[in-house]
Amino acid sequence: MNPRTTPTLSGWGRLPAPGVEKLSEDLERLTRGAALTRGLGRSYGDSSLPAKADDLVACSRMADRILGFDPETGVLRAEAGFSLVELNRLFMPRGWFSPVTPGTKFVTLGGMVASDVHGKNHHVEGCFGAHVRSLRMRLADDSIVDCGPEQEPELFDATVGGMGLTGHILEVEFSLARIPSRWIHMESERMPSIDEFLAGLGRAAPAFPMTMGWIDCLHRGRSMGRGILMAGRWAEASEAGELAPRAAHPLTMPVDLPNLAINDLTVAAFNALYYWKHLRRRATTLVAPDPFFYPLDAILEWNRVYGPRGFTQYQCVIPRQAGAPAVREFMDLLTKLGGASPLCVIKDCGPEGRGMLSFPLEGTSIAVDMAVSPQIQSIVDRLNEFVIAAGGRIYLTKDRFTRPEHYRAMEPRLERFLAAREKYDPHRKLRSGQSVRLLGDVA
Amino acid sequence: MKAVILGGTTGIGRAIARRLAERGDSVFLLAREVDDLTRSAEDLTARHPKREPVGHALCDLERPEGFAAALDAADAALGGFDAVIVTAGLFATQDALEADIEFTRRLVTVNYANTVVFCEHARKRLLTRGGGRLAVFSSVAGDRGRKPVAIYGSSKAGLSVYLEALDHKFHAQGLSVLCVKPGFVKTGMTAGLKPPPFAGDPEQVARDVVRAMDRRRPMLYTPGMWALVMLVIRWLPRFVMRKINF
Repeated sequence: MNPRTTPTLSGWGRLPAPGVEKLSEDLERLTRGAALTRGLGRSYGDSSLPAKADDLVACSRMADRILGFDPETGVLRAEAGFSLVELNRLFMPRGWFSPVTPGTKFVTLGGMVASDVHGKNHHVEGCFGAHVRSLRMRLADDSIVDCGPEQEPELFDATVGGMGLTGHILEVEFSLARIPSRWIHMESERMPSIDEFLAGLGRAAPAFPMTMGWIDCLHRGRSMGRGILMAGRWAEASEAGELAPRAAHPLTMPVDLPNLAINDLTVAAFNALYYWKHLRRRATTLVAPDPFFYPLDAILEWNRVYGPRGFTQYQCVIPRQAGAPAVREFMDLLTKLGGASPLCVIKDCGPEGRGMLSFPLEGTSIAVDMAVSPQIQSIVDRLNEFVIAAGGRIYLTKDRFTRPEHYRAMEPRLERFLAAREKYDPHRKLRSGQSVRLLGDVA
Repeated sequence: MKAVILGGTTGIGRAIARRLAERGDSVFLLAREVDDLTRSAEDLTARHPKREPVGHALCDLERPEGFAAALDAADAALGGFDAVIVTAGLFATQDALEADIEFTRRLVTVNYANTVVFCEHARKRLLTRGGGRLAVFSSVAGDRGRKPVAIYGSSKAGLSVYLEALDHKFHAQGLSVLCVKPGFVKTGMTAGLKPPPFAGDPEQVARDVVRAMDRRRPMLYTPGMWALVMLVIRWLPRFVMRKINF
């Protein structure tokens, strides 16, 4: 096949698969007979890519209407293509915010449910699915049903974090959270090593509703895992003052950088700058939500910095029982194996949610971007073997390279999910590149 | 503005309705399906700073007998509208139209004859209250007879001439007529076609249209680059147009 003439779709990691998406405002009609629905294509790997080129892929992007908002309770119902960027633009000035936000605002509500996204506040608020009251879905047999925590709970639990494999999400109803101001009170601290980092995260979690850390993943030895810990809470109105944050004017990455633009040297330079930019050991600042929650959204199409070879993100969670030594060992393995990456993020997760395949569990989550290279498969394999031994798991939304046997080994909940799938889609009409790779669906 | 939007539930019409509602203008929607209308009205109500309930009525460009009643409903709900926006219309590729003579008839009727009839209803109402604004979507396809848009383009050419004349004739009486000529815009109408360079998105076009209405401009190419492109196309000699496939 000639890649120049064959239309392709790709996830955020830019590895393409042949296929086209169909667009329409009428998602209900569009999803009839469709194999998969995708939103804004922010999942990194193949979870929003078709299993084969002529599978009908519905794109929810144009189905973006608000269907109701109650200013008393904050309950919002909207079509699945309604995006977080619109939600923030419209509702933040009115004192409401999504109860959970991932690290990019360019996601749809449908995608947030299918990935059961988590945010900096996971240890307090859980995943997005914990705040969903109701979903309207088109199932594989083309019927349309409503489900929620109490209504059709099996379907609901399989859909939250179910990567779109249980049905097409048409509408989402969830509760927004009240915010006292439009600013974040942030306390940040430079952390010289992974052990201090983990201790710092542990200290910050009970004190702050939002925590996360950036790690310099090139440093080894005693300063391995050095980085910057960020903890925050919404500023009270009295602290924030009257000023509204300036509207973000993102830049756009205009071209693909060459494949080797991200290399050990450039990343070491970036990481050193980023680390030492934080001159004082501790700092307290008032920051706008955009740079706090979505630092990378400041550059649209930033995924082009990895060049045409594309990239992936490895994100796993290491359970609390495995303890700090396991995290240290993982970081050691990662810095030994991993290529250079300007992005490595660490976060404390709270208890597991009710989504059957929802990613987070109580422990430490680590996410790192990796350029696609000939070694990528073996790197992912080695990391996965470690994670399996530690009793952890990976985040499907980021994954493109995990092997099915590894996935089965790390996912004891899979049986329950497959049973639900058997019930709602016995013929496996709903499928993706990822479900073919990991669950053995027929392409 | 107190604006009636025919086609305000989808594509560029949806984007214009949102822009107006979000800045506090009153909006009334006209479209073909009740469910679609109620959902869009709810969307706009939630976006309006004062949560002003947005009204709606059925109106189908293929049924001119319903035009008067739809505009009466809008008048009643808005307490007399002062702006009418028409984004609705039919589209198909030249190949599809050549293969379907019945759809050709429908498209030409809707885009030209029935749109003119709708505008006449709207224009008369606006003039009785001292004018207002009428913004109607034509297309760059109407600027020149071109191979890939022979039929669609001709329907828009007729509409453009009508809108220009309307502006000349009633400008002094306070009626501002805006002829919008969008180039390629990424909407449901063009989904599946390969976007050319300078393809616009609905939000960008909506911003341009609302600004042109505020300034009472008679004509708008959007995205702006198309003004330049069409300037060249309009001046190309016939023998060149015969050769090229644009």
